[in-house]
Amino acid sequence: MQEQDLAPPVAQPTLSPAARRRQWKERAIAGLITVVAFTGIAALVLILVFVAKEALTLVTDAAAREEASFSKMFLPQVVRKGKPLAYVWQPVSSVPKVSMIPLFVGTLKTTLVSMVVAVPLGIFGALFAAEFAPRRLREVLKPTIELLAGIPSVVLGFFALMVMATFLQDVFGFTSRLNAVVAGLGLALAIVPVIFTVTEDALTAVPRSYREASLALGATPWETAWKVVLPAAAPGILAACVLGFGRAIGETMIVLMASGNAAIVSWNLGDSVRSLSATIAAEMGEVVVGSPHYALLFFIGVELFLFTFVLNMLAGMWTRKVIQRLKGGAG
Amino acid sequence: MKKTLLSSFVAFGLVVLPLTAQAGTVTVKGSDTMVILVQRWAEAFMKKNPATKIQVTGGGSGTGLAALQNGTTDIAMSSREIKEAEEEKLRARYNTPPTAISVAKDGVTFYVNESNKVDALSVEQLKDIYLGDTTSWKAVGGADAPIVLYSRENSSGTYVFVKDTVLGGDDFAASAQTLPGTAAVVNAVAKEKNGIGYGGAAYAKGIKELKVKKGNEAFAPNAENVKSGKYPLSRDLFFYLRNKPAGEAKAFIDFTLSAEGQAIVTQVGYFPVK
Repeated sequence: MQEQDLAPPVAQPTLSPAARRRQWKERAIAGLITVVAFTGIAALVLILVFVAKEALTLVTDAAAREEASFSKMFLPQVVRKGKPLAYVWQPVSSVPKVSMIPLFVGTLKTTLVSMVVAVPLGIFGALFAAEFAPRRLREVLKPTIELLAGIPSVVLGFFALMVMATFLQDVFGFTSRLNAVVAGLGLALAIVPVIFTVTEDALTAVPRSYREASLALGATPWETAWKVVLPAAAPGILAACVLGFGRAIGETMIVLMASGNAAIVSWNLGDSVRSLSATIAAEMGEVVVGSPHYALLFFIGVELFLFTFVLNMLAGMWTRKVIQRLKGGAG
Repeated sequence: MKKTLLSSFVAFGLVVLPLTAQAGTVTVKGSDTMVILVQRWAEAFMKKNPATKIQVTGGGSGTGLAALQNGTTDIAMSSREIKEAEEEKLRARYNTPPTAISVAKDGVTFYVNESNKVDALSVEQLKDIYLGDTTSWKAVGGADAPIVLYSRENSSGTYVFVKDTVLGGDDFAASAQTLPGTAAVVNAVAKEKNGIGYGGAAYAKGIKELKVKKGNEAFAPNAENVKSGKYPLSRDLFFYLRNKPAGEAKAFIDFTLSAEGQAIVTQVGYFPVK
């Protein structure tokens, strides 16, 4: 009806040669970034495929199936004649014994000790730095702790091995000098800075208006920090803990040096432990490529990946729930 | 960017790869027990023959023999005899039987803390201790305290030697703590008053060396007992080669077996073969 009112076709704006050049440059840069990003993702996927493929020998190869079947990995086995069934990790033996249970127990023990120490330390440290510390102090505190995160783990391991082990044995009277507690505390040294930094970022990201509202209602600074800021930052804090857990479970050098590497099934924290990651590091040296033992080490790698993956997923789900609740509360 | 990455890889290959095949360089790899000895040999040899480079790296006997199979070392140091499977692989890949040359002797020594009352144990007692059947020093004439076991990782030749000669092929007790390197074991035993560990004779410093009982006599791991074979845990330290020694590798091996080379063996703390 009123066709003449339709806007006339937009004329292509004429670009100056300089602008066109700039456009090309930008397109090239965007392309390059995409290529680099996809290379990174592809490399990650290929690593996963490679690790899984090497571990797959355990299923496809008959000899490997015989030597390291899943029942041998997860059920108690005959160790020596006249002895009760037990979980034993002795892959280099005339009759290889490949129980994963002592390695699980070891990994769990060191990780647990480190988390029990590092989570409160990291979170309370960050809460202090973000909410209570004077500005001057905070400006010193944060970079210092971030610097601590940069200490190579082999140095922390060395410290745990030479200094902490002797000290802790004198204090607690452990039978073995190197044990889950020493390794766990060594790990905690590595994790505290990680948890601290991420938590601190999450706390400072909580909007000022929350604090002001809380204080205006008559809450003390402590109540504000504990009941308002901390819950509001919960998803970020959880992410910090998950990051710390991932580092604790995969960290190799400290555990290799300070745990004693004895594959024992016991819940006594004073006993030596052998973790999954340290087992890979200690045994990769001699293992014959393609042998069942080789495949087993890769299988351990897959397990480590699965643990962190599942934990990340659970944490992600929980975070989503919390955010929803926060939003719901606000509305 | 990809190009620079690629070219840096190529450059890396050009620089690094020839090092292993370059004339005038002999690479020696393997046993951690032997590293301290072979390093000394290499220094003395290179002083006399500046044109030849001897590269010595440790990693364990198994690592050295694996490197020999992969062709990444000229000589493998090993504190144990080659396994049948390893020999077969070498033969299949290189069509020649590997050459073994015994270059020194060692007595595998059991260490305890200096404060330990126990001076000598029989092989049988050591076996029970390392199998985990004997768990208190009291059972072997010591204090009433638990025995803390130290062992090596399974890539170590000494681990295999102790497993075969002391444990009769059985497995170490699960409670045995595995440490990387003999020095770590010595350090651990020096600090742990209830500890026991094992390793080469040359490392025994700051701890007490156990004598080994045979009948009513006890033998210390010293030159005389190791050479005569009275010390029950003596062993040869070997060089393994893919085929007959030739060229610079031969010159180096001849040097190690010469009077001068064998004098170095004694200096380091092991025992001469001749």
